[in-house]
Amino acid sequence: MSLLKPGHRGCAGCCDALAGKFVLDALGEDCIVVSPTGCLEVFTSPYPESAWGVPWIHSLFENAAAVASGVEAALKAMGKMNNTKIVVIGGDGATMDIGLQAISGAFERGHDLTYICVDNEAYMNTGIQRSSGTPMYASTTTSPAGKASFGNPLNKKNMPAIIAAHGSPYVATASVAYAPDMIRKVKKAAQIKGPTYVHVHAPCCTGWKFEGSKTIEVGRLAVETALWPMYEMENGEVTAVRKIKNRKPVEEYLKAQGRFRHLFTMEGGAGEIKKIQATADWNVKHFGLE
Amino acid sequence: MKLIIKTVAKPGSSNVNKTGAWRSFMPVFDHKLCNKCGICAMYCPEGVVYKLENGYFEPDYEYCKGCGICANECPKKAILMVLEGK
Amino acid sequence: MRNRMVVVEGSYAVAHAVKVCKPHVISAYPITPQTHIVEDLAQFAADGEMNCENVNVESEHTALSLLVGASAAGARTYSATTSQGLALMHEVLFNASGMRLPILMTVVNRAMGAPINIWNDQQDSISQRDTGWIQLYAEDVQESADMIPQLYKVAEDEDVLLPAMACMDGFILSHVYEPVILLEQSLTDEFLPNYSPEFVLDPKNPMSFGTFADPSTYTEFRYKQEKAMGAALKKIEEVALEFSEKYGRYYGGLIDGYMLEDAEIVIMAMGSVIGTIKDTIDMLRKEGESVGLLKVRSFRPFPADEIRKALKNAKVVITLDKNISVGKNEGALCTEVKACLYNNRDASAPVIGFMLGHGGRDIPISTIVKMINKAKLVEKGIFIESEFADLREDLA
Repeated sequence: MSLLKPGHRGCAGCCDALAGKFVLDALGEDCIVVSPTGCLEVFTSPYPESAWGVPWIHSLFENAAAVASGVEAALKAMGKMNNTKIVVIGGDGATMDIGLQAISGAFERGHDLTYICVDNEAYMNTGIQRSSGTPMYASTTTSPAGKASFGNPLNKKNMPAIIAAHGSPYVATASVAYAPDMIRKVKKAAQIKGPTYVHVHAPCCTGWKFEGSKTIEVGRLAVETALWPMYEMENGEVTAVRKIKNRKPVEEYLKAQGRFRHLFTMEGGAGEIKKIQATADWNVKHFGLE
Repeated sequence: MKLIIKTVAKPGSSNVNKTGAWRSFMPVFDHKLCNKCGICAMYCPEGVVYKLENGYFEPDYEYCKGCGICANECPKKAILMVLEGK
Repeated sequence: MRNRMVVVEGSYAVAHAVKVCKPHVISAYPITPQTHIVEDLAQFAADGEMNCENVNVESEHTALSLLVGASAAGARTYSATTSQGLALMHEVLFNASGMRLPILMTVVNRAMGAPINIWNDQQDSISQRDTGWIQLYAEDVQESADMIPQLYKVAEDEDVLLPAMACMDGFILSHVYEPVILLEQSLTDEFLPNYSPEFVLDPKNPMSFGTFADPSTYTEFRYKQEKAMGAALKKIEEVALEFSEKYGRYYGGLIDGYMLEDAEIVIMAMGSVIGTIKDTIDMLRKEGESVGLLKVRSFRPFPADEIRKALKNAKVVITLDKNISVGKNEGALCTEVKACLYNNRDASAPVIGFMLGHGGRDIPISTIVKMINKAKLVEKGIFIESEFADLREDLA
């Protein structure tokens, strides 16, 4: 029985719901979850309903890491910490943009908590607007493709590197499409003392425009094309990677999603796709994925 | 309804919301083809595919939203998405 | 009594009072003129005198957010801030109050920028009066310190459960050295019970905090906050009397009067200027003037009934505001006093509003006398609605 209870209002095929479920599968009952504002928070907590089978708190959009720091400080001060795991489950917007200050402070201070960033690569809950997690040429409502634009012209902010630079003992990337791997990494992150971080790729069928049944398939393609490198860092060094056996060209990933369709219909799109392929090639070289 | 002042809600109180009413297609599980791998249960976003005593799997149709992930991921193609009557 | 007094800085007296109340988690970000409070607390912790987590955060928004998490986990919490820092916390103030978390925060009142200014006025806390926090204003250092256990007791009461601001004028009270009695540990251990809320973040009894309320339930949350403020009205008076019985010190409950009963001219104010007003009244009374003081101690909840009763016999009321609502040409105390008298037949004296002391401008006795003389012009039919009392003509 999942600790994320049914009856929540996530879309059919929701990646955030999967991420939440896997985190709770990894941690069990003895945890306290902090969520910033976002899809996961909104669809699990319309008063008086709550889908959370563990203690849970939502405060504001940009302060989840600060609130989690406070829960940790309180349990320590009252001598009630025991083995309880404190975990933040928050989206890319709340983590990488508006919440960057709070997560930086929490990691610099070294609180004993685990931060799971569920990266669906846009501000989904407010209507699919661009975030610093939006990948190159994805069309969002604030970086739409149009007659004069190929969509978001910027690369993803490298959040795992930023967290590793804070001295976190464990930073990993994961994907909801590789559930046993994600659960293993979350368990490991929670066991390690100090502030740890897992960055989870979460394909959003509503925002990325594909059928809800394909959530896992799209997630797999992201990993198989090397656009989502899977690795673990311990004390700032990459110590494990998931190698790719038969790397696929990025086209296979891009054409599966409506947010990249313009790259296949607009003039010059093929040239832009080459830039995305270059990102994938760089990942392969940098992380040693092949 | 008694209002609890801390905006606290009881755990699992979401189960009053029968999301099975959302779906158009329902997954039909064919146990003859099933190899009991459990991938359907693992990747259900609602967490409502349950293992039976005999090791096969069935969804809780009260909550299944008909997303079709289980059918798409089943390695034995043992799950079919069928348009629901009514 | 005198041999129990020590001469300490105002900030030290407040920090000491916080220590005595045994919070579990303290989280604050330094900003002048609050800094000495957090520095003193850090020193207490470093000397092993406090059993608490004192977290050095990276901003005020985080400072209060951290306490939201800590309070929800069941901890007694404390912060201190001022001016820009309080403004930065603005959305978290609503959040803490809406989640009914009894966080205590000293606001060392300071002017808001622009223009940037580190000296005292009350614009910062007054600007936050809609956020659902209890606000008490201290007259002197002793009260600033004694307010701490009183506010914990009020805020943590199960019928209240609202966060509270203990307001004290920056520099004037935070950096002054005065003889005070440091808050007594043994008395406080008896006076202040442990904080034990009904719901906390606890894996043994999981609950969800901070859910979202749609139009069908949101209003009732606000209504319940307002009811809690109503309970606070009673509790603030009760606790002030209880404190007085135990410690022998009293500053008024919601309000306090000085030479008020027979006064024809009543001056109303909040904070440290009260001391100067009392000196002015002593002086003028000797000259036969019928003048008195109505100290407003609790600004939120606003003690409308108490103020109406207190002003029953007044012929003219003067309000002093160390703040301004730009666009209304009035300070908040003036506006709210006028409002509470408006429909009331019992107290109907004209209210004259003076705004002064902005950005730390000194308020000498002569300014108070000037205001009283202007108020007397009402008899001649000259009525001043609201104006700056200390405007420099050479700069205006």
